Amino acid sequence: MSKPEIAPLCDAPIGDLVEVVGLVGDRNARWRLMDLGLIAGTKVEVLRASPLGDPILYRFRGTTIALRRTDAAIVQVRRIAPAALTGSNSERGE
Amino acid sequence: MNVTKKDTLSGPGLTTGINLQEAIPVVALAGNPNTGKTTLFNRLTGMRQHTGNWTGKTVTRAEGDTQIGSRIYRVVDLPGTYTLSAATAEERIAREFICFGQPDVTLVVADATALERNLSLVLQAMEITPRIVLCVNLIDEAHRKGIAVDIAKLEARLGIPVAATSARSGAGVPELLAKVEAAYTGAIKPAPMQVRYSPNIEHAVAEIEPLIAAQIGQRYSSRWIALKLLEGDESITEALHAYVGPVNLPPLVRAREAMV
Amino acid sequence: MIPAESVRDETMTQIYTTAAAIADEVITRKQRPIIDWDERIDQIVTSRIWGFPIMLGLLGLVFWLTIAGANVPSAMLADLLFALQEYLTAAFQWIGAPDWLHGLLVLGIYRGAAWVVSVMLPPMAIFFPIFTLLEDLGYLPRVAFNLDSIFRRAGAHGKQALTMGMGLGCNAAAIVSTRIIESPRERLIAILTNSFVPCNGRYPTLITLAAIFMGGGVAAAYSSLVTSATVVGIVLVGFVTTLTVSWALSKTLLRGVPSHFTLELPPYRKPQVGRVIVRSLYDRTVVVLGRAVKTAAPAGAITWLLANLNVGDASLLAHTADFLDPFGAALGLDGMILMAFLLGLPANEIVLPILIMGYLSTGSMTELDSLDALKSLLVEQHGWTWLTALNLMLFSLLHYPCGTTLITIYKETKSLKWAVFSAVMPLAIAIGVTFVVAQIVRLLGLV
Repeated sequence: MSKPEIAPLCDAPIGDLVEVVGLVGDRNARWRLMDLGLIAGTKVEVLRASPLGDPILYRFRGTTIALRRTDAAIVQVRRIAPAALTGSNSERGE
Repeated sequence: MNVTKKDTLSGPGLTTGINLQEAIPVVALAGNPNTGKTTLFNRLTGMRQHTGNWTGKTVTRAEGDTQIGSRIYRVVDLPGTYTLSAATAEERIAREFICFGQPDVTLVVADATALERNLSLVLQAMEITPRIVLCVNLIDEAHRKGIAVDIAKLEARLGIPVAATSARSGAGVPELLAKVEAAYTGAIKPAPMQVRYSPNIEHAVAEIEPLIAAQIGQRYSSRWIALKLLEGDESITEALHAYVGPVNLPPLVRAREAMV
Repeated sequence: MIPAESVRDETMTQIYTTAAAIADEVITRKQRPIIDWDERIDQIVTSRIWGFPIMLGLLGLVFWLTIAGANVPSAMLADLLFALQEYLTAAFQWIGAPDWLHGLLVLGIYRGAAWVVSVMLPPMAIFFPIFTLLEDLGYLPRVAFNLDSIFRRAGAHGKQALTMGMGLGCNAAAIVSTRIIESPRERLIAILTNSFVPCNGRYPTLITLAAIFMGGGVAAAYSSLVTSATVVGIVLVGFVTTLTVSWALSKTLLRGVPSHFTLELPPYRKPQVGRVIVRSLYDRTVVVLGRAVKTAAPAGAITWLLANLNVGDASLLAHTADFLDPFGAALGLDGMILMAFLLGLPANEIVLPILIMGYLSTGSMTELDSLDALKSLLVEQHGWTWLTALNLMLFSLLHYPCGTTLITIYKETKSLKWAVFSAVMPLAIAIGVTFVVAQIVRLLGLV
């Protein structure tokens, strides 16, 4: 099985469950997101996009937060489970 | 030694007008936004509250009085923040008040339905002050969502008094206030657990901490200030100058550079 | 030496990891199937299909409730306060006070304040509780989420949608609410453009004129529909102006990159209706009203003076109005209308009463009993056309913010420069737009 590739969070398809691998970019931008709990190892659920496409809604650490694409771009993630598999209640509210 | 003793809680952004000689105990309310902190504040202070601004800033400041037992306490509602770093004006106000404002008790309000995220703020606050009580609020919402929080275990793990409440309905609030009072009078002595970092960082902290303590005394958490300095946090230097007085920093910088 | 950056990375990671570990130890979740209601509601409320219609629908509903609900109380309050005025007048006569004193204090100051209160209080007492309920419910962040893209492209912030919404109630309160926008640049944009959204104080003017000139021009069955459509149209013009000016500002005076946008969508909570009503009545309604009365009272006094101090054969008011006439005509208005706006700087709700007073030369602020009487005054006696009405509505929408708002802007920005700009810029736009509209309409021979 091929190693799951790492991509920016903003590219993750809606419905995916991903895991944060790291953050790249200017340190203020990184710290701002880390302040919210987006650190390496955090599991993120990609919920949906705004009707106009931006920002995108994510759920992690029990909170639902919207991020603009440019902000989500600095978060590098690895896919854990594709859209079809998420939706089980045990993932909710994590 | 360069410690300037302050008789009143003042300093840029801090003027509370509280004269320490008056000895009204001050309770600072901290926590994430959306935790029901404001609901708790309103419940405690009712109409005896006064809203204004933090000096020199356009951030709302609410404070009021509440009675626990036979004592009146001044409750200061700090801005709701996700962390106690120095990224925004709100965060700076909150952290500086908790550290330099020297409230008698810091009451952190957490959301029972998002405890993991909220706990990071609690841990950060615990690094700044040991006089701390945790309120796990929205316990009714948590119940509705099938989430149960073991308060006793949390207390044991954190080493500080913890109470579960539903500020909306008032459930658990008397018990919470009892713990706040106990923390104030000394009946309970919180022993906050310390987050331990890597050996590298702990070693550097061990080197710098005594240097800081020698300059600022026992009032403020030298460990926390040491950690912030190691992180390169510039606002802490400014804050030290503002609230404590001129602190001799060159030795600190040299100690940092000695880190391997 | 370890770079400071990675120290912070590590400390944060360690704190979060510890927090997660502790949370894991103390939390247990029941495995029973839980319907995530928040998720379900959000799927509808932020969906491609329903998101916008729901927002517009709610906006319309709030509007309708505010306007329809305020009608009767406003009239009642006006009757009450003006009845009180009779007592005051009697009291003044009884103690033998000079006419001018009665005029200044009762007909000027008291009447001005009474007008503001009767016009402003009922709609605000409805609008703010509803707005606060929506806030408490947790719906408002969803609105910012839906609209952020539009605002970002205009160089502003999605939360500006919320401050604009607040501005539909009161501009001054909205200025204070801009604190939710963290970036100073984007906050300033929100402050400077807030007055392009009509506040409660301007609704009566817009509705009255729309009813007479637009609604009155069609068959009775359609008149209220046309009136509402006109008012909604004016609000949309305000919305478009806000976006355009925000965009222009972010390209010129307030250049900068779009800031980060992190918005939490909190779980929906059942609002505590009782507390919301009490809190919003006190914090937002009474306090704002107090400030408005403080600015309106002197305005009433000055207006009375101008209207009753005669130089030669006419009042000072009439003289200045004549002087301004040519300028007014170029804008599709007239001198008296401009005077009304000038004197109405402190509070928007007194513009129409001052105008009527000026036209009738009654010497004190008046209202007319019926729309028909008002129509005949405007059309037959002062040559109004639908262009006049349209341009007055546009001017009302776009002109400088009221006195209370200007003071609030100064307090919030701590800058005299920006406070002045916040008055001058909208005025320039109001003049520009009405001028262009007047020329085009006349050129096309439509009037």
